[in-house]
Amino acid sequence: MATHTEQLTSRPAPSATTAPAAPAVRLRGLTRSFDGRTVLDHVDLDLPAGQLTALLGHSGSGKSTLLRAIAGLDHEVVGSGELSAPDRVSVVFQDSRLLPWRRVLDNVLLGTDGKEAAERGRAALAEVGLAGRERAWPNELSGGEAQRAALARSLVREPELLLADEPFGALDALTRIKMHGLLRELWERHRPSVLLVTHDVDEAIVLADRVLVLDQGRIGLDLTIDRAHPRSYRDPLLGEYRERLLAALGVTEDHTGSEAHPDQEDHQ
Amino acid sequence: MTTSIPSATAATSTAAATAVSEDGENGRSDETGETGEISQTSGAAETAGAAETSGAAETAAPARRTGRRRRGGLSPGKRLPASRLIGPVLFFALWAGASAAGQLDTNAIPAPWTVLRTAGQLWSDGTLSTDILTSLRRAGSGFALGLTAGVVLALTAGLSRVGEALIDGTVQLNRAIPTLGLIPLFILWLGIGETFKIAIIAIVVYIPIYLNLYSALSGIDHRFVELAEVQGLSKLRFIREIVIPGALPGFFVGLRLGVTGSWLGLVVLEQINATSGLGYMMFQAQNYGQTDVILVGLLIYGIFGLVSDSAVRLIERRVLSWRRTLNS
Repeated sequence: MATHTEQLTSRPAPSATTAPAAPAVRLRGLTRSFDGRTVLDHVDLDLPAGQLTALLGHSGSGKSTLLRAIAGLDHEVVGSGELSAPDRVSVVFQDSRLLPWRRVLDNVLLGTDGKEAAERGRAALAEVGLAGRERAWPNELSGGEAQRAALARSLVREPELLLADEPFGALDALTRIKMHGLLRELWERHRPSVLLVTHDVDEAIVLADRVLVLDQGRIGLDLTIDRAHPRSYRDPLLGEYRERLLAALGVTEDHTGSEAHPDQEDHQ
Repeated sequence: MTTSIPSATAATSTAAATAVSEDGENGRSDETGETGEISQTSGAAETAGAAETSGAAETAAPARRTGRRRRGGLSPGKRLPASRLIGPVLFFALWAGASAAGQLDTNAIPAPWTVLRTAGQLWSDGTLSTDILTSLRRAGSGFALGLTAGVVLALTAGLSRVGEALIDGTVQLNRAIPTLGLIPLFILWLGIGETFKIAIIAIVVYIPIYLNLYSALSGIDHRFVELAEVQGLSKLRFIREIVIPGALPGFFVGLRLGVTGSWLGLVVLEQINATSGLGYMMFQAQNYGQTDVILVGLLIYGIFGLVSDSAVRLIERRVLSWRRTLNS
């Protein structure tokens, strides 16, 4: 488990700096259903503070439902169970969700106040490589740049927990690789707890320290990936993890490299 | 094996989208970026090549068309300076030409210069300016009243469920009644003076403004609602920073319809029931068979309509500068 450094010291108690840290997210018996169909079935899960966790699953396996539950975005969903999450939670969506009528910096500052926040906004934009684009309009940005801006927006709030719902799903392959590096870098610098929802097995293996597979509403596999960073996509040892994950997802070997399921949106 | 199939298809579609929009919007020098430069340039070259040949062959075609051909892509291309005036100027040229050639019955359609001379005479003897002022005052007050009512009602209905329950159905009902059909009733209620005219214009104006603003307010993108929740926006900030700016494009659609509506209402009212104003002037002219005076009136109505619509467009362009639509 991560031993936390400077970014964490300013935080309030629960995320803690001591060795057996209290989990940032704690789920007990979390159940959610839509129209009588159970999407999450008594999920128990602890996400330790400062860990980068990836959540894999088929389309419709409930990945997004789980993320939305943790984010507190599922007011109208029938469900039960215990859930505790930190106060400062940021979400990065699959689409950048920048408001087209606000300039990039103003988008990053959405929901914040004051001069000090503006400074943090500029710093966050610089961190994601968008220094100098503060005054651009969102529709002047490329897909990758827009997603960087969305990352900056989530960083400004100095989140204890960063939830990312297939944040790179709409990007092209090259941009995606760059964004993987950026996400990992940002995480190493700020050490929030991260839950990265994805359907890309390779993305999960390269980025995360722990990979969960959600299957039929439950955590089907909980795999700790014990390899140093930065990881290479060609690392043969990662192949073993990939095999196990694909097996857990019910994909046979000859489909390596991509999920064998149509790329549908998860159930909202 | 780093690329999964879904991401590969996403890549090509993004690149294609970039290509289309890049073609249409010049001055967008940056941002070819990470999204597949190759397919974009090849796409542009292809269309440009096709355009070169056909564009050269058709130089005599109307302005907008050549513009489109040369640039390639689906966007209509760059706007010519003062292109909006080309149509009217052509129309007047035809009119003048036909009059000069003696092809028009001067009693039915007097020549443009006759109309202008009449306008000059009416202006110098003072009747035209008072008529114009009266009409402007009517249209102006009716419009201001309708604008205020439309905005207040739409905000109330669009931002609160109670307001929606009380207002929306009522306005829809009002909308179903042809406003000009209310004229007899309003004359009985408000007398035949200025009040009823302004009231009718206000009704003509408020309906499109209400309808468009209300639907824009209530049609706010659900994804932005979620975003506001995630970013911890208060209700007030959510309305101020997301709902209202998001509804502005819809508001401007309503505003332009409202402006046009105010002139339309004015024309009808002043033709039916007036003792002064441009419509009155034209009504009198009809009795005396003065076609030139009628045309003067029409000309002024037209100019006012054009000017006020352009003014709204100008404001719209300023306020919505973040939008890069086909019109930009």
